[in-house]
Amino acid sequence: MGETILTMEGIHKRFPGVHALNNCRFDLRSGEVHALVGENGAGKSTLMKVLTGIHKKDEGKIVFMGEELNPSSPRETQDKGISIIHQELNLMPHLTAAQNIFIGREPKKAGFFTDDDKLNRAANGLFHLLGLNLNPRTPVANITVAMQQMVEIAKALSFDSKVLIMDEPTAALTDREIEELFSIIRSLKTQGVGIVYISHRMEELMQITDRISVMRDGQYIQTVNTADTDTEQIINMMVGRTLFETTKTEKRVTGDEKVLEVRGLATHTLHDVSFTLHRGEILGFAGLMGAGRTEVARAVFGADLMERGSILVNGRAVTIRSPQDAVRCGIGYLSEDRKQFGLALGMSVEENTVLASLDKFNQWGFINFKKTAKEAERYVAMLKTKTPSIAQNVKNLSGGNQQKVIIAKWLLRDCDVLIFDEPTRGIDVGAKSEIYKLLFDLAKEGKSIIMISSELPEILRMSDRVAVMCEGRITRILDISEADQETIMKYATMREEIKGTGVEHIE
Amino acid sequence: MSENHIVSHHNKPGLRGISGQAIQKLLAFATLIILIIFFSLMSPNFLIADNIGSILLATCVNGLLALGVTFVIMTGGIDLSIGTVMTFSAVVAGVCVTNLSAPLWLGVIIALMTGTIIGILTGLMVAKLRIPAFIATLGIMMMTKGLSLVISGASPVYFPNGYKEIAVGSLTQKLIPGFTLQNGVIIFFIMAIIAAVILNRTVLGRYTVAIGSNTEATRLSGVNVVGWLTAIHALCGLFCGIAGVVISSRLGSAQPALGQGYELEAIAAVVIGGTSLSGGQGTISGTVIGAFIMSILTNGLRILGVKQEWQTVVVGAVVILAVFIDIARRNNKGTR
Repeated sequence: MGETILTMEGIHKRFPGVHALNNCRFDLRSGEVHALVGENGAGKSTLMKVLTGIHKKDEGKIVFMGEELNPSSPRETQDKGISIIHQELNLMPHLTAAQNIFIGREPKKAGFFTDDDKLNRAANGLFHLLGLNLNPRTPVANITVAMQQMVEIAKALSFDSKVLIMDEPTAALTDREIEELFSIIRSLKTQGVGIVYISHRMEELMQITDRISVMRDGQYIQTVNTADTDTEQIINMMVGRTLFETTKTEKRVTGDEKVLEVRGLATHTLHDVSFTLHRGEILGFAGLMGAGRTEVARAVFGADLMERGSILVNGRAVTIRSPQDAVRCGIGYLSEDRKQFGLALGMSVEENTVLASLDKFNQWGFINFKKTAKEAERYVAMLKTKTPSIAQNVKNLSGGNQQKVIIAKWLLRDCDVLIFDEPTRGIDVGAKSEIYKLLFDLAKEGKSIIMISSELPEILRMSDRVAVMCEGRITRILDISEADQETIMKYATMREEIKGTGVEHIE
Repeated sequence: MSENHIVSHHNKPGLRGISGQAIQKLLAFATLIILIIFFSLMSPNFLIADNIGSILLATCVNGLLALGVTFVIMTGGIDLSIGTVMTFSAVVAGVCVTNLSAPLWLGVIIALMTGTIIGILTGLMVAKLRIPAFIATLGIMMMTKGLSLVISGASPVYFPNGYKEIAVGSLTQKLIPGFTLQNGVIIFFIMAIIAAVILNRTVLGRYTVAIGSNTEATRLSGVNVVGWLTAIHALCGLFCGIAGVVISSRLGSAQPALGQGYELEAIAAVVIGGTSLSGGQGTISGTVIGAFIMSILTNGLRILGVKQEWQTVVVGAVVILAVFIDIARRNNKGTR
């Protein structure tokens, strides 16, 4: 590990009403991976936005390569050698990989025409450096998310970056892709690049980072060497308290009453998916990214059309062609992407809570506001949703509390089957265990739950049975007693022999 | 307005203050007052009963169209056909009354139904067939414009006497002698109140906001988005029909060549009133204020002797200014 190339000290940043960064510090050496962790809202992103010039700091000092830095724009810091790779990639899907890398800096012929040969050669050189096998002429829309991320990294390298900030880089990657990313990170280290690594995933931090800095509530807490610490210590520093752990209680009695039966479900990505859900049961859906778990949920919920197969609710065959039909059958779906598919941001807690059940409050076309307010209050109290009032705009709530509003929406609608797609994604550690407890309570009350999750510990902790998917099929349904990480991974990677055309699967 | 008190007084104190909508509406309202004061100071002929009457009358057609299209814009959509649908409704009614000797009351109903039916068609095209609203309504605009000319034989259709009473007569004068408020103005105010009630208190209004706020989340909540969106367009069409009755009654005839251009003035009024073109945000009171700003600006400039062509330039600039202020305000609070 080399000398210190970046120090930030005494950084303050205030937004109206919020002291977002309070005397924060951070430093980075060349050739190290330094993790920045903290719950959502702890100030990690704000600190990095100050560093990259998206936000102006109110106080404090940044020294980069021995010079004081007063970043005023992302472009300026990038030119100086500080690049950030955002969680949402900033690529133009219709341009090629090479065009994306050199956007705004295209090599020119005769001062006017773009020099595509030079462009592609330069991109190829970068890919070579990263050990990537990618044609620079490929439009980025045609490559996987993981590969797109590599293109972003190549772009950062093209600026001769000394500092590379990666915000949740593995969120959309499969395990194999994560391994590839890590090997690239290691090779960047040997080239002396300092990497700021922001992630929620503890195992990864332990694997790839050299040091870990923890932030909480806009304040710097502590920096530790990864080798000298463990996950529990980090989490304790993040939440500032010992976590209330929902340990798996004794196996709940889940009757034999079949609430939902799916038989031979097929769409263009799913093949012959069949499973049964019992009353009071939590059925986990495990699998790698792109295995088809979300697709199953969306097909059962009528959000996507199914080509073949049948669905039985409480033993009765039903036709589900739209979310409307599904809701009528008592099925509710909680998407992994709350902001896009779950909430009407801009509307209040109350309005979101009653959105699926307005017909209950419909009096000759008019809404009975007394009743909607009463119900919303009831669910806020019941789920312990933290909100100043039911009139609060949902976009001002934290992820965990937003999730509770969506849960309230479906409970109010009397849904007996709840499909949770990544229920704790983007929810900070403290709120996670609360969501777990809530799921257990719901199951205890007789709700039947399908829980899709990419986090195996979560699957193992919550599920009564685990359906494992791979490439659009259920490869195995395991009882929790026979499930462990290794077994699940075995079935999650059990691919069918590739038949026929062998068309490449593109996510 | 009920939507304001719900949104504003619960927000975190000091963090956002009052809601964005309230600010925009306050701004629009302040602009309206400033305009009135300005023109009153500049010309003694501005704030007199006669002129107030003509401002009110000038507002009501554009205002009715703006009320209707507020709903569509709040869903995140747009309707460019409102002006020509208005004309088409009037022409259809006129042909029925004049050429087919239908009674006047039936003519009115026919006008309202014509607007509503076209609204339903537009709604189905946008919601069910998923034709982009801009294109679908552009097509409807051209079709209704052409059809108006076809069925009228490209000349004005004159209504029998008595039809003029609908908009130009004055019920208030009969009730309170000396208080002459033309019926068209009363119709506008009544429809504005009805629109506000629909938007704030009914299921249709709630879904209007929800669809504009997040269409997919609304669909995934089991809401029949196609159906409601069609209903919202039908409502907009109904308002076009009402505007058609008012304008043809005012003129005593249905003018088939009229109509194009009205849609943009109505949309401008909606936008000045603080309704967001991306949907989910807006108020009826804002639209009413917006419609008045448009007509007072035109009227005041005319009284000051500003040439018509320059009036248009000023109104255009005001529209841009209104949207710019809105965007600047959004950006201000968006950084966090």
